[in-house]
Amino acid sequence: MRITLKKRLRPLNWGRYLLIPAAIVLALLVGALLFLWVGVNPVRAYLEILKGAFGSFYNFSEVLVRATPLILCGLSVGLAGKMLIWNIGAEGQLVVGGIAGAGIALFFSAYIPGPLIIPVMLAAGFLGGACWGLIPGFLKARFQVNEIITSLMLNYVAILWLEHLYFGPWRDPAGRGFPGTAMLPDMAWFPRFWGTRVHLGLLMGFGAAVVIWFVLAYTRWGYEIRVIGTNLQAAQYARIEITRNILLVMTISGGLAGLAGICETAGIHYRLQQGLAVGSGYVGIVVAWLGKLRPGAIVLISILLGSLMVGGDQIQISLHVPSAISLVLQGAILFCVLGGQIFKDYELQVQGGKH
Amino acid sequence: MESAVIFVAKITITSSMAVLYATIGEIFTERSGVLNLGVEGMMLVGALTAFAATDCFQSLWVGVLFAMLISGIFALIHGFFAITFRVNQVVSGLALTLFGIGLSDFLGRPFIGKVSLKFEPFGLFPLDKIPVVGQILFTHSALVYPAYLLVPLAYVFLYKTRYGLQLRAVGENPSAADTVGIPVFPMRYLYTFIGGALAGLGGAYLSLAYTPGWKEQMTGGQGWIAIALVIFSMWDPLKALGGALLFGFINAFQFYCQAAGLTLIPSYVLRMLPYLFTIVVLIVITRWEAAKKRVGAPAALGIPFEREQ
Repeated sequence: MRITLKKRLRPLNWGRYLLIPAAIVLALLVGALLFLWVGVNPVRAYLEILKGAFGSFYNFSEVLVRATPLILCGLSVGLAGKMLIWNIGAEGQLVVGGIAGAGIALFFSAYIPGPLIIPVMLAAGFLGGACWGLIPGFLKARFQVNEIITSLMLNYVAILWLEHLYFGPWRDPAGRGFPGTAMLPDMAWFPRFWGTRVHLGLLMGFGAAVVIWFVLAYTRWGYEIRVIGTNLQAAQYARIEITRNILLVMTISGGLAGLAGICETAGIHYRLQQGLAVGSGYVGIVVAWLGKLRPGAIVLISILLGSLMVGGDQIQISLHVPSAISLVLQGAILFCVLGGQIFKDYELQVQGGKH
Repeated sequence: MESAVIFVAKITITSSMAVLYATIGEIFTERSGVLNLGVEGMMLVGALTAFAATDCFQSLWVGVLFAMLISGIFALIHGFFAITFRVNQVVSGLALTLFGIGLSDFLGRPFIGKVSLKFEPFGLFPLDKIPVVGQILFTHSALVYPAYLLVPLAYVFLYKTRYGLQLRAVGENPSAADTVGIPVFPMRYLYTFIGGALAGLGGAYLSLAYTPGWKEQMTGGQGWIAIALVIFSMWDPLKALGGALLFGFINAFQFYCQAAGLTLIPSYVLRMLPYLFTIVVLIVITRWEAAKKRVGAPAALGIPFEREQ
């Protein structure tokens, strides 16, 4: 028996709507094997994950809390991806954004009028991330240096810098050995809603998604980005400024991740501490590609993966299964969804018999 | 002074090994036209497998064997999606890395903090009796010595044998290779497996020899540094050795500064050095390639092969 892929003569019509659900089911089956491996009933595990994420209003609000940095990082990766730039450095840009914004709140809040402090912090977070994103952007635009590696290496540099700050010069003197900066002043805390931990950052995420969707769909600049991403040669013939666009896109891409950083810092932790770099930048890559780089889809996928993460935390408590399962499931889903795409254009052909 | 030189040289070698194995492996994979960015994930899977299998069978070499096998199979996941399903190889490789990080973290929890067998350094008699050179090169653990053979063998294989020529042909021009009867798909699968196996060996070196034990994300970006070194080496195993030793030297320098109590450079800057160094090296090599108008990358790298139908 021999199985081959053959190009479809007619395009897949209604079947295409089944591809993604089928891919997710397949990924969940991979997860089920892992649950069995560690001796947990997979059905029970998945029910617990669902309950953890959607069991109550508060649980769902936690999903939105988790989704907030994912939306911003997903948009960050997605915008760069539209131009076929691989920004793997959202994690580092997030960290530097957090450092920049927290720095403003910690050291300059006395000089800034109260109502202005949060806008200034947001601007600082954006700028911090933008600067960090500009480094690989500049190297790519000017010297054609592979941005995958440079942006990724800068993640490690940013995290080491962050650790140095909260273990060292920025450490809270009154913290009794707790590794972290002092609390940000009250007026720098982002407003939270409905008595939950959902904060201003979620609105920033939604806002950013709308703006990017509009820019990509309806502006000349968005058009240029899409042309560069789909056909570089055509872009060159049309005299689209590629260097300038790489710099611009990486500035905004880094800035969005930087916003995620300051939103986490001033919306959740209220200080710089260990919990800032927890991999949102990497999950952002999954989000962006599962959402096929479309802003609306990125928001939805962020919420979906956010629920997976909250559910993962839940089963760590109730079933003592490591919450890393959510990362495994994300990887599996990404694989299956990517792989599933091929069935749009190809079909499996099973040839029985001798050959 | 002499002892300081030996100290630095020895650590240069020990801390370059994991990256070296992974780099050589990725050179093979990329030479066949498959770009696998999952090295970090494969190394982690290898490191965990090596530690767990050693703990289970109480044999270091069984651990190493399992690590290479499992990491190789793990690489085939990417192979399957990249070669047969023709998905975007960058995204697929990233997915493999995330999957590997998650999987090793998930399955590795029971092994955190456990102590098991480890490869102890020993003098390779009689070579270790050579003054200075012998001390630097031949007083290591058993997982270091294979690298001394692997690098020249990889070089000879790639450039001086028929199989090496076929491998390069598959990566440069798969259609032409296909026309003359070279099995493109099986070759790509094979070298993806070999790349994974060598990344697994690098991981095993970390968890059994260099920093014995298991800890989640213990590779600390070495998989990514290996990918950078592939570019640095222009897909040449000999230059990869140079790159890996440079990386090892940066690490050794960091150790030396800490051991000698030099506070001239703050320790957090020292810890950033390997990553900053990787960036600088990449800039230099990219500039150099542009100036010489040379492109080291296999022409069909990252492009799925599809036979005309």
